[in-house]
Amino acid sequence: MDFESVRLADVTRRYGRRRAVSHISLTLRSGDIVGLLGPNGAGKSTLLSMLATLTTPSSGTIVYGEATRRQDGAAVRRRIGVLAHELFLYSELSARQNLTFFAELYGLEASQVVTAALTTADLSDRADDAVSSFSRGMRQRLALERALLHTPRLLLLDEPFTGLDDRSVATVSDRLRRLARSGAIVVLATHDLDVVDGLVTRLALVREGRLLADEAAPVGIRARYRELVGTERTDVS
Amino acid sequence: MFFKTALLVLRKDLAIEKKSFEIVSTTLFFAVGCVLVFAFAFVKEGQAPIDVAAAILWVVLLFAGTLALGRTFERERYGETLRALLLAPAGRPALYVGKLLGILALLALTEIVLVPLVALLFNAPLFERPWLLAALLGSGTLGFSAVGTLFAAMLMRSRTRDVMLPILLYPITIPVIIAGVRGTAALLASPVDEPTAVMWLSILVTFDIVFVTLSLWTFEPLMTE
Repeated sequence: MDFESVRLADVTRRYGRRRAVSHISLTLRSGDIVGLLGPNGAGKSTLLSMLATLTTPSSGTIVYGEATRRQDGAAVRRRIGVLAHELFLYSELSARQNLTFFAELYGLEASQVVTAALTTADLSDRADDAVSSFSRGMRQRLALERALLHTPRLLLLDEPFTGLDDRSVATVSDRLRRLARSGAIVVLATHDLDVVDGLVTRLALVREGRLLADEAAPVGIRARYRELVGTERTDVS
Repeated sequence: MFFKTALLVLRKDLAIEKKSFEIVSTTLFFAVGCVLVFAFAFVKEGQAPIDVAAAILWVVLLFAGTLALGRTFERERYGETLRALLLAPAGRPALYVGKLLGILALLALTEIVLVPLVALLFNAPLFERPWLLAALLGSGTLGFSAVGTLFAAMLMRSRTRDVMLPILLYPITIPVIIAGVRGTAALLASPVDEPTAVMWLSILVTFDIVFVTLSLWTFEPLMTE
């Protein structure tokens, strides 16, 4: 099962009386790098969680190609990769053990993909060290490789540049561009407007759960962000 | 794929425990400590009241099991790794079975230490019918762990999980503990009351079938927000 697009139709998510996401309609296409931007509490993480199939919309539908989570849950999840703010790594295990576990969980031949992933993450020399001994940047690189082990079609990233130095930011950005060129749909939630400027191809701006803009990424994202969100405290860097 | 996933999760949990030795050590320390306190309280001149060994064995297992459940899922909470498991293309009931097997392995290890200790300190003839005792302990532990694993996973994102787990778990698993205590007490009778022990064992097996089936059925909807 594979898909070329993901379509959100009038998606709403309520927590009690509060609407975290309100009537969002959006289509994500193969090759897109979508910058999901907005101030804290805008609904970005809830939206990512719904796209990842971890949260069910209160109303509206999310369709992956022709499939839905309810009908083809496992098949849809097989094509989704997630790098969340929490890194989904077992700190007691080594980098190799973490990657091997997740590779096998996705039914991959671990011996082939793990070595390549460790090399890409520049962690070959620390492969057998416990993740608890890694810096935030090293964990972030490892978590990204974990999310990419099964070459997902839909890649959901929540603050993927946290803890990375300039060189790693450039490496990860290049990686995301290559993934998008190969047909992946990349959705990137971040507050770091300078880093995403020139990286994202589309801008989806949310505030208070509502979609304010869905447009081709302009040159100078910060200016466009201020124009749409306003100049009040926006919690961006 | 179902059993492969379950075994993967089990192997991962055992690998973590092998490195940290955290849950085994705390559970064993707690269980042995409890048994020693009970022994000082109940054993007078080398003799304990009849049946008390059965009650103490199961009460300690209940508390040690709750401790192990909490710690096991606390580990999945750190780094939100349970969400990573839920994102995998594997069937979610397979994840539940994997976690359940991990809890069972930890409690089996606790029982290996606990049963001889209780037999020794309370002068209890627990090994008169070793296979029947093993069956009672195995089925009782499965019933308790089946419900405990479901509730611990369900409560993982709750701030009050440490309070809520026993509140939800104990009322439902009390019948399992009662059946375990009565079955074990029948084994301690002189002569051994085997028909009564088998009757309680069959009740435990019935609980197991109901609890495991319900847990497998409800795990996926309960784990989807």
